[in-house]
Amino acid sequence: MPTATARPDVLETASPAGRRLREPLVRLQSISKTFSNGTVALRDLSVDIGDGEFLSLLGPSGCGKSTALRIIAGLGEATAGSVEWRTAEPGGAGPTHPEIGFVFQEPTLMPWATVFGNVWLPLRLKGQTRQAARGRVMEALGMVGLEAFADSYPRELSGGMKMRVSIARALITRPKLLLMDEPFAALDEITRFKLNNDLLHLWETFGWTVIFVTHSVFESVYLSERIIVMAARPGRVYRELAIEAPYPREDDFRTSPIYNEHCRRVSVTLHEAMGEGSH
Amino acid sequence: MTTAETAQAEPRVAEDEDNELPLAPEAESLGGRIARIAVPLGMLALLLTVWQAYVTVFDVPHYILPSPIRIGQTLATDWSMLFAALLVTLRITVLALAIALVGGVAIAIIMAQSRWVELALYPYAVILQVTPIVAIAPLILIYAPTTQSAILICAWIVAFFPVLSNTTQGLRSTDHNLLNLFELYGASRRQTLLFLQLPNALPYFLAGLRIAGGLSLIAAVVGEFAAGTGGRNAGLAFRLLEAQFRLNIPRLFAALVLLSMAGVLIFFATSLLSWLLLRKWHESAVRREN
Repeated sequence: MPTATARPDVLETASPAGRRLREPLVRLQSISKTFSNGTVALRDLSVDIGDGEFLSLLGPSGCGKSTALRIIAGLGEATAGSVEWRTAEPGGAGPTHPEIGFVFQEPTLMPWATVFGNVWLPLRLKGQTRQAARGRVMEALGMVGLEAFADSYPRELSGGMKMRVSIARALITRPKLLLMDEPFAALDEITRFKLNNDLLHLWETFGWTVIFVTHSVFESVYLSERIIVMAARPGRVYRELAIEAPYPREDDFRTSPIYNEHCRRVSVTLHEAMGEGSH
Repeated sequence: MTTAETAQAEPRVAEDEDNELPLAPEAESLGGRIARIAVPLGMLALLLTVWQAYVTVFDVPHYILPSPIRIGQTLATDWSMLFAALLVTLRITVLALAIALVGGVAIAIIMAQSRWVELALYPYAVILQVTPIVAIAPLILIYAPTTQSAILICAWIVAFFPVLSNTTQGLRSTDHNLLNLFELYGASRRQTLLFLQLPNALPYFLAGLRIAGGLSLIAAVVGEFAAGTGGRNAGLAFRLLEAQFRLNIPRLFAALVLLSMAGVLIFFATSLLSWLLLRKWHESAVRREN
């Protein structure tokens, strides 16, 4: 267990032992967010997110991890600090944010629209007709294995399938960055494991950047290259941990000693962070 | 991720399909469907028989309580007059309802766009609603150019509020995450309204419509009572009053039967519309299966 006891930090990701060298995609600089009721959701949050990285934000509820995700998505302004995008669009003017896909904790589907209609939505809002979008909608549904359910309504689907539809909708714009806000928290364990595997396969195939918010140590270790452990009140970065384990990670990784060792280490760090937050 | 994998990993899928595909009413057993029609009809037959027996046995004079058969005969003999009156009343009801729908939805949309407009308009909509229509009717009769238009205005005032308040509620209760999603994808205000807020408000609107349908008939009748129009434009309510003055009690009952049948018809029409629009997705229109 080479990485078990080393105190890791962000440098480790970029070290020769790290899996890939990353160009930064987005840099959060000293982000603070105070809500109108005076709650300090985030204080001085600085994180670099590498292009193509799988990063998890892990922390107790109230640590501002969802708030951070929303600020990256442009839903809500930071009170202080800046979000700097490093994507030089070819021929484009300046660093604007790339195409973003967002998956909420709830499937957030429109109950009056079919699966097709829900996945079509992002393209429809860009003015694509149903006919023009059909190919891409079916392609996105194919990625999550739901082609056969295009004409079903959300209420006819199981919780896991609704989440897949939500993921297909996030994927249809071919995003460079996928933001996921505890997407599998409400699902049963079997479905969650399955969707974890599917998500990793898609990530390895398409090479997007994923920022994954979770409160599950096990889920974050299984998925991520790097975990940012956050502490609450006020929400801040407590520590960054690299998960040195090769991909593809499959079900046997879940039972491997190295996985358990990482979980133990992350768990200890999370408890430290929560202990610090409580006084 | 293939379909085969999905089916294998999520056996729940197949189960759900079995459970939920028979959504339509045809899932109901034949016996259940017959009972749904036969029981109320049997009840009606029983009531009418008792009524008829009572009138015959105690020899009740028809100007006090006419027998069902006599009411039926009156309905037949006075049909041309009563049916013409029914059409007049129905025309006002439907017209008032239609204008109330357009106006209610339009004002709800405007109020949902701007907090200021809502602050300015909503209190007056409430005042218009809570003031008894019978009390406003005489004023309207003075100001309106014709009696028919006065009755129309009465019916509109009453039918308009449930549509407005329900639609406003529906437009406001849009899922915040869906609103975030629309914002994330750069949806315009018009797109958010058309693709998100209006569909979301549809069940609320339809509930308002069902209330408004019944209310507009009531208001049309109240308006006619207040106006007391006779002649060619006489509605059912006027015929009803007229029959009372003349102590033509069988005709009064006949008019009443037509009026309540018109109410039932409106209720069924709005319920049917509601079911047609919601049956695919809304919990209210889908049969629960456990």
